[in-house]
Amino acid sequence: MVMIFYYVISAFLAVLLIWNFIREKKNVEDMALYLLVLVPLVLRILRVK
Amino acid sequence: MMRRTWVIKAILVVSFLALTILGGLGLYEQRRFDIPIVAGPGVTKVVKLSDYSQGLKGTIADTLVFILEGKEAGGKALIMANTHANEPEGMLAALIMIENAVVDRGTLIIIPQFNHSASRNTKPGDGYPLYFEIETEWGKKTFRMGNRDASPLDQWPDPDVYIHYPEKQLLSFIDARNTNRTWPGRPNGLLMERVTFAAMEIMRREKVDIAVDIHGAETMFPVTNCIVAPEKSLRIATMAALTVKAKEGFDSHVEPSPVGFRGLSHREIGDHAETLPFLLEAPIPFLDQPTGPKTEKFLLDGKDPFLLSLARKKKLFVPYDESGWPVEKRVGQHCSLTMEILRQHAKRVPDRAVEVRGVPRYADIVKNGVGSYFHDPAKAERSKIYLN
Repeated sequence: MVMIFYYVISAFLAVLLIWNFIREKKNVEDMALYLLVLVPLVLRILRVK
Repeated sequence: MMRRTWVIKAILVVSFLALTILGGLGLYEQRRFDIPIVAGPGVTKVVKLSDYSQGLKGTIADTLVFILEGKEAGGKALIMANTHANEPEGMLAALIMIENAVVDRGTLIIIPQFNHSASRNTKPGDGYPLYFEIETEWGKKTFRMGNRDASPLDQWPDPDVYIHYPEKQLLSFIDARNTNRTWPGRPNGLLMERVTFAAMEIMRREKVDIAVDIHGAETMFPVTNCIVAPEKSLRIATMAALTVKAKEGFDSHVEPSPVGFRGLSHREIGDHAETLPFLLEAPIPFLDQPTGPKTEKFLLDGKDPFLLSLARKKKLFVPYDESGWPVEKRVGQHCSLTMEILRQHAKRVPDRAVEVRGVPRYADIVKNGVGSYFHDPAKAERSKIYLN
């Protein structure tokens, strides 16, 4: 149950990061950081690592 | 301006996809890579660990159990390797036994990938190689390089503190995924507790006399190059250590199993079953912290300039020189010590003897290499090949 909740939280955070990446218009550093933080979340959601 | 933003975003997305796919693909493949094991002439039966505990059925923690039965009745011995899957000399020794051993008397039960989830995990933060290869007469045999603990993909979340069952001793959170802290386990506990419980069930149901848990340990850790044994196994452990020293010329001292440190195989097996437990440690420089890069070459030859410098300052617990501590020595020690423990037990309890032949000893493996004892899966009968 906790494991499922963890994946839901990961997916929620991934959506937030993608949304912030799309909304960001000026700061390139922030854009890069949103995607960098997204990497481990995607790997976890896909059950790779 | 708008067009420039979209170009930058496109470049960043492509970089993100490249990073995720290139980084993830290797990890994805390693988790799904199977090692072919050729069952040797002594293997009479192959079962699953879940046959002894239903709680493992259908999970990645379920693993193969090779059974080698002799024609004559006798005792039973259980060999477990890859309890810590980043100490692969144990698995290599177990595979040599599976592929070559013939049991004349009694039964040998071998679990080569005890922590199966850990063997499909890795430690990218430490730069672990995902695989290592052993040279054989028919080419290179590839093995997964695992991690000490089960993958968080298989057992999650970690507790803040791992409360050992049944003693309630507080252990590090990470030890909840460590199959040498979750003994004796329980049928409906954490996944790793179910693994150790299943092994306890093998020992209780099959009336196993001897259990050998094969490991590797850092050269800077005092409990290395040794046999760890509780009080009831000490006599056999001492005789085995003295005999290999006298007959085969290598050292392995005896360490008493601490009574107050719970969850370890050498403590809990003896306390919860009639079985005599032994834990073997061979020095594996790869696990030490102050070393150069954790390469496949270093894993196999055990040569490191930083450890050499520390050895000259007498900071290591084993002799160490330019020759390192190669995998042949480590695997050879494990094979010889395991066979010697069985022999010493047979001398003490002749009607419960486990008599095994065909397993190479220390000098053979150092001379011929580990790979010379593995059979080519391409030339073996399909029914003899097991993927683990």
